[in-house]
Order: sequence, then C-alpha cells, then structure tokens
Amino acid sequence: MTRDPQFMTCQEFQEQMAELIGSGEDVNNHPHLRMCATCRALLADLQTIADAARELLPVEPPAEDLWQRIELAIQKEDSSLDPG
Amino acid sequence: MPRSQAAKIPPSSPTAAEQTAVEETPPVQTVPPPPAVAEVLALAQAGDHYAFAQIYSLHKRRVYSLCLRMVGNPSEAEDLTQEAFLQLHRKIATFRGDSAFSTWLHRLSINVVLMHLRKKGLPLTSLDEAMEPTHEDGPGRSFGAPDLALTGSIDRLALERAMSDLPAGYRLIFILHDVEGYEHNEIAAMLECSVGNSKSQLHKARLKLRAALRTAIQKGEPS
Ligand SMILES: [Zn+2]
Repeated sequence: MTRDPQFMTCQEFQEQMAELIGSGEDVNNHPHLRMCATCRALLADLQTIADAARELLPVEPPAEDLWQRIELAIQKEDSSLDPG
Repeated sequence: MPRSQAAKIPPSSPTAAEQTAVEETPPVQTVPPPPAVAEVLALAQAGDHYAFAQIYSLHKRRVYSLCLRMVGNPSEAEDLTQEAFLQLHRKIATFRGDSAFSTWLHRLSINVVLMHLRKKGLPLTSLDEAMEPTHEDGPGRSFGAPDLALTGSIDRLALERAMSDLPAGYRLIFILHDVEGYEHNEIAAMLECSVGNSKSQLHKARLKLRAALRTAIQKGEPS
C-alpha cells in the first residue's frame, strides 16, 4: 500500500502532506523533499505566509462611540445587580 | 501563552500596542497623566471606573482586531468587543496575576468569540475537504519547474484580504496559531478538536492562503 517515500510523486506527497503533518511528522525531513525542489518551494511559501502572519499588527481601533456603549451596558448591569 | 508575546515582550514591560494606546485620547475627560499599568489594573480591580476606562483604552485595539479577524465583520466585531469588556468588568476582580493581564484578557476575548460562533451554529473546525495539490496551475504544469511565486515579502493587506476569505474553520486556526501565536495543544482545547486536526487544518489553511495570494499576484491586484 505505502510506496517507498523516495519514489513518491509530487502529487502523492502533497496529497499526504496534511495527514503527515497531522500525525506529528516533521515533513521537512521527508525523503521526497530532498529530491524535489518544487515541493520544497511549496513548503517555503507556506513558511513565508506563517512568518508574514506573525508580523501582522492590530487593525484600526473600534468606533469612538463603542466606549459609550460599553459604559451604558455596565451601568445597566450594575443597576440590575444592585437595585436602589 | 501566545508565542508572539512570549518571544517579543519582557514580562514587565507594556506591549508596543499598549504603549501606543497610552497616547490615544482616553474616553474620559480631565485626564491626569497615566499611572503605571499595574496601578491602573489594581484600581480597576477595586472597582474604579476611570481605571477601567483606561484599561479599555489600552487594550481596545488589540481585542477589536482579534474579534474582527475572527468574524470578518466590523459591526459584529464591535458587539463582541463590547461583550468581551463587559465580561472583563464582571471578572476583573478575579484576575490573580499568575499570567500577564493582556494574555488573560486575550483568552477571555477568544472565548467570547468562540461562544458567539457556536451559538450561530458555525463549525469551529472546517470539514475535511480534498485538497488538490497546487491545483491553481493544474497538475500538469506545476510539478515541473520550481515555482517560487511568494519569495520575498508578502503584502500585509493582501494577506488580510486572503485571510478574510478563508472558510471560518481554517480562518480560526490560522489566526490563533500563526497570527496570535497559540500552540496546537492550546488551540485543540479551545476548539475541542485533536492536536493532529489542528495541525493538518493549519496546513490546509496556509495552502488556501498561498493559492489566494498567488492568484492575487497573477492578477496584479494593487497591494
Ligand atoms: Zn515534489
């Protein structure tokens, strides 16, 4: 059923990659990658994406009036907890 | 603890976002100079309303960003930010300082978003779908020459756009792991899935993003 991983095609390797990663295997050491620049490039792309994601900063702040809404909600909650 | 925080920030110093936030206009008028963050936190825990407003100022951008990225809709994200700070107001006295406050608030906010998504009946992890290998080029062409369309840097806006187009389950895992820096075991606990599932879904999310980013590059979309 399983072929010698050295003789996998790119298609076979890529189809199995998610499963291999899910099983905890370090795909970077996979025999197919030693011979295949295409799949190494694919993995490098994925790493580039992960690196870029880590550098993302917070987006713009919420609308100015959100604090007023929160204050109102807090007051409402406080008065329902503490009648009088 | 989120890796991005652990790696970049010494435990006692405020985050870059917090430092920026200190300079924002606080939501209350007649403002004294901001006391140390720890002192503000202690005051807020004791029920000081002004201190709580300061906490909001310090953390609103980060909490809102998290909500916005996770749900992809500004008004929904504001509702969730409101709910997160309401819950914070209820629970702040119980914060014991055994983790960083920002980490604690962040985790509380994630729980608010996840609860909201569960209520909406959205699956928090994507159903497995067959991923075609580098399907965007068709199998014939892509298995030949190396194809390094994404070498170098990735445009931030293009990445944000591609993230917002991801199916919800992939988006959650990608944001929690790659943007926010949570580990797979933490994500698996939050999303009630296996660690292996978290890992393989993250891989698929990155593949989908790669396809979207390459399409954007090929179309020459302005970045
Ligand atoms: Zn290959």
